[in-house]
Amino acid sequence: MRAELKNKNPSSGFVAWIDERFPLSSLITNHMTKYYAPKNFNFWYLFGALALVVLVVQLITGLLLTMHYKPDADLAFASVEYIMRDVPYGWLIRYMHSTGASMFFIVIYLHMFRALIYGSYKSPRELLFLFGVGIFFILMAEAFFGYLLPWGQMSYWGAQVIINLFSTIPFIGPDLSEWVRGDYLVSDATLNRFFAFHVIALPLALVGLVFFHLVALHEVGSNNPDGIEIKKNLDKKTGIPLDGIAFHPYYTVKDLVGLSVFLIVFASIIFYLPEMGGYFLEANNFIPADPLKTPAHIAPVWYFTPYYSILRAVPPILNSQFPGVAAMGLAVLVFAFLPWLDKSNVKSIRYKGHIFKSWIALFVVSFFTLGYLGTEPSNVWGQFSNAIPFIGGIDKATVVARIFTVTYFLFFVLMPYYSRKDITKPVPSRVVYK
Amino acid sequence: MADYQDEKIDKKKRSFLIAATTVTGAIGAGAIAVPFLSSMTPSERAKAAGAPVEVDVSKIEAEAMITAEWRGQPVWIINRSEAMLASLKKNDSSLADPNLDVISQQPDYCKNATRSIKPNLIVLVGICTHLGCSPTAKLQTKGDMGENWSGGFFCPCHGSRFDLAGRVFKGSPAPINLVVPPHKYINDNTVLIGEDNTG
Repeated sequence: MRAELKNKNPSSGFVAWIDERFPLSSLITNHMTKYYAPKNFNFWYLFGALALVVLVVQLITGLLLTMHYKPDADLAFASVEYIMRDVPYGWLIRYMHSTGASMFFIVIYLHMFRALIYGSYKSPRELLFLFGVGIFFILMAEAFFGYLLPWGQMSYWGAQVIINLFSTIPFIGPDLSEWVRGDYLVSDATLNRFFAFHVIALPLALVGLVFFHLVALHEVGSNNPDGIEIKKNLDKKTGIPLDGIAFHPYYTVKDLVGLSVFLIVFASIIFYLPEMGGYFLEANNFIPADPLKTPAHIAPVWYFTPYYSILRAVPPILNSQFPGVAAMGLAVLVFAFLPWLDKSNVKSIRYKGHIFKSWIALFVVSFFTLGYLGTEPSNVWGQFSNAIPFIGGIDKATVVARIFTVTYFLFFVLMPYYSRKDITKPVPSRVVYK
Repeated sequence: MADYQDEKIDKKKRSFLIAATTVTGAIGAGAIAVPFLSSMTPSERAKAAGAPVEVDVSKIEAEAMITAEWRGQPVWIINRSEAMLASLKKNDSSLADPNLDVISQQPDYCKNATRSIKPNLIVLVGICTHLGCSPTAKLQTKGDMGENWSGGFFCPCHGSRFDLAGRVFKGSPAPINLVVPPHKYINDNTVLIGEDNTG
């Protein structure tokens, strides 16, 4: 047994001592220096690594913030101001954390879009994709719990609205939302438990899912912009994919370049635009929570606005607002079905026909329009004149949101149909490397 | 290890033991879930809060409102003018539930045209029945609410509209009218919110 290990790891001294007790060298070999990734990765393949960096930034800055923050309804708001004014570099750490939250979503949305256009969810990467969808869910919950902690007006009323979403679930709803709050209204009890979820439960779940995501990734290997399985073309002598290059040093170096650009953007926002004109930190959140007064305009942080728009667009059915809540939940959940909805015989958008491309374009337009409308009050464009039948008197923005809610879902629901009908181009056997 | 050959294994006994261990473990996990999950329900202290509050209504001017706090929620008391009360009837056709058919939204003694004990003074829980925001008072007609607005409340969160009796307009996300809390007048000038004579 020992001799065998020594053969596998021809290291000596300290590393050999470690290797006999922990597979250090073989881990590095199998997952870095002899882990082969397709050689045709482009810009879109940076965001996985960037997401990992942002996760680490959030964990470290979060840890430092918990050393000064007080999860108490009477003290929370002031403790955040204390961090901003009195703690050495507290402003920097807090802005890194608040900007980091938005950057996390930017990176994750781009990462998801990459999966969408290159068909990275298709066989054999379904589980890899499902772990990713799970990470997206947990991230949304983490962001939501974290947003209550500054105990500003937006924190308070945002939490009020989202917790009340649960109360619309038939039968168990009211008890469920009371259980989540731990009180009959959003209160100190709610703040305290949201803190617990935000700093203990969800980060643990997040790190665990990221680990599984990476394990699954290294099992099946990365997809690529051509959607070709590089494992199908192996070098006959070495068994190494002909279109593969070692993750380290080739992609670690490439990712470092991407990371440098990303950090320039990140730092510019932290130092010059930490509130991002109210999109990253909302103005109303600089007012302490007041349970008696909802701010005149309330909107969630930008990364929730497409779903918030969908919630707002669906009218109550049979005196219940549950359909809107269900539609919002489904809008997030529907990604999980992608691997089985896409019946196309090619993975990458490069070889898909104009039908699929048009649907993706429509989906992107829907997503951005819903996202924009979610940041605005529903009467932003005024109402239709009463003279128009059916839609007279209804907010124009609501009608537009309804149309794009429908197209958002049609993208998924009709996918089995149009992805079959789409006329695809022949896929080359080897990756295209320009 | 060589002793454990397949033919010597009593598979029936083994599957019984696996089943018994699984079931016992599941019962144990289920049992410990009860205190864990219960610990997150409202505490005794939270349950004890929420006594009725007295509010002086004598100083509310016509066409004005005040906000009181009851169980941590805003409770509005609006002093409606004759013109405002007259406008209520006009809204009926565009309301989702003009006749107050949903029982839970007001006590019996407020199931009337003005939804109040005293016609001018209405008491409403200032929480939107959609998702719990506190609507903004738009008591005056027209203004930024459009030409047809006859006064009422607008929820900034999801755009629900209510008239001056807290009745919801059709097409709003809010499914039912604003809630009238149990209340009674102790004397001409004082209302007690949270308690009435029916209980």
